[in-house]
Amino acid sequence: MSQLLILAAETENPLVPPIPELVIGLIAFVIVFGFLAKKLLPNINKVLDERREAIEGGIEKAEAAQTEAQSVLEQYKAQLAEARHEAARLRQEAQEQGATLIAEMRAEGQRQREEIVAAGHTQIDADRKAASQALRQDVGKLATDLAGKLVGESLEDHARQSRVIDRFLDELEEKAEAAR
Amino acid sequence: MSADPTQVLAFETDCHIFDGCGFPAPGLHSFLFKPLLGDGDSNVYFNKPMLLALIGSVIVVGFFWAAFRKPKVVPGKLQMVAETGYDFIRRGVVYETIGKKEGEKYVPLVVSLFFFIWMMNLWSIVPVAQFPVTSIIAYPAVLAVIVYILWVSLTFKRHGFVGAFKNFTGYDKSLGAVLPLAMTIEFFSNLLVRPFTHAVRLFANMFAGHTLLLLFTIASWYLLNGIGIAYAGVSFIMTLVMTAFELFIQALQAYVFVLLTCTYIQGALAEHH
Repeated sequence: MSQLLILAAETENPLVPPIPELVIGLIAFVIVFGFLAKKLLPNINKVLDERREAIEGGIEKAEAAQTEAQSVLEQYKAQLAEARHEAARLRQEAQEQGATLIAEMRAEGQRQREEIVAAGHTQIDADRKAASQALRQDVGKLATDLAGKLVGESLEDHARQSRVIDRFLDELEEKAEAAR
Repeated sequence: MSADPTQVLAFETDCHIFDGCGFPAPGLHSFLFKPLLGDGDSNVYFNKPMLLALIGSVIVVGFFWAAFRKPKVVPGKLQMVAETGYDFIRRGVVYETIGKKEGEKYVPLVVSLFFFIWMMNLWSIVPVAQFPVTSIIAYPAVLAVIVYILWVSLTFKRHGFVGAFKNFTGYDKSLGAVLPLAMTIEFFSNLLVRPFTHAVRLFANMFAGHTLLLLFTIASWYLLNGIGIAYAGVSFIMTLVMTAFELFIQALQAYVFVLLTCTYIQGALAEHH
């Protein structure tokens, strides 16, 4: 170790900065500051903001989805309850309608039976009346015919008249004999 | 290697204990470098710390370039690491001291300062380089001057001339008779001493750290003779311990430097009372 150089070193004050090193130090720092401040840190800041927005957006989306799912679920539940209620009401109505229908049909059947029976009775009455009417008419006609025959015979021909009378009498005799 | 003793590494000499050779203690000469280019007397030269400074800034820019050139919303590993560092300075230092609203503007400066200083300090334990650039006063001085110009001009801009003067001197009527004395002390402390301490704090820490590492490294080699081998072992262990310790101090000093920077800026922006 050269004593001379050590002595030379000790004449240098370590707290007095040499100009060239100041310049290089400044340049070196400006390089770092320039790149970082102008390009690289703005780059990363933009991405950090994007990331924060993405995370916040994601959370908001998830919350919105959850709220929607909740509302849809409630809607479904309400609809289901309504449907059940409706079904119960329909069943009830159908039962009531069925019961009324049966009662109505029974009443109708009863009424028809009664009508048929009544109609039958009327028919029988009418037939009897008609029959007695017809009988009475026939008897009258017979009597009239006979009377006519009798009158007509006498007017046309005395002989025939006597024959009719004879025959009528014969008939009466036969009847009397048959009665005897 | 060079015949210049300032460039000779400790283990390149044949100097050992019990050989009648004095201990080649590290000193100020350990921080002087024969220029790689140019002439040391002419003020136009290029030496090892300058080279390290430039390579260091390329490394810092390269790292952030690789990490942040095309950043992604879902980060890769490198981007994640760089983001962690960036976020630590932004939130942990700038927002904490200046506040989010006022501080946002100074984030790039403070982040650049931190990683630049850290890299310059880290050279101390990078094999082959093994020299903290910040142990040359010029480098911390440049940074301290930048910060000084920034906060002084900010004070004038924010408070006007009278306001700035009150801000520098800590003007406070309630002090009464002591006011002139307090103002004088504050004036010196803030405007004259502050930039000096700001630079020297970093410089001296790195200077001392490098000297310690040199001391134990040289001693490990120097003691490697006869019974001295046992001592050499102890010295070598101390070298390892001090290297780990330096790793911590390097980050800490970079942190302290930017924390003070933020405190000064915050003081410039704050309302005086």
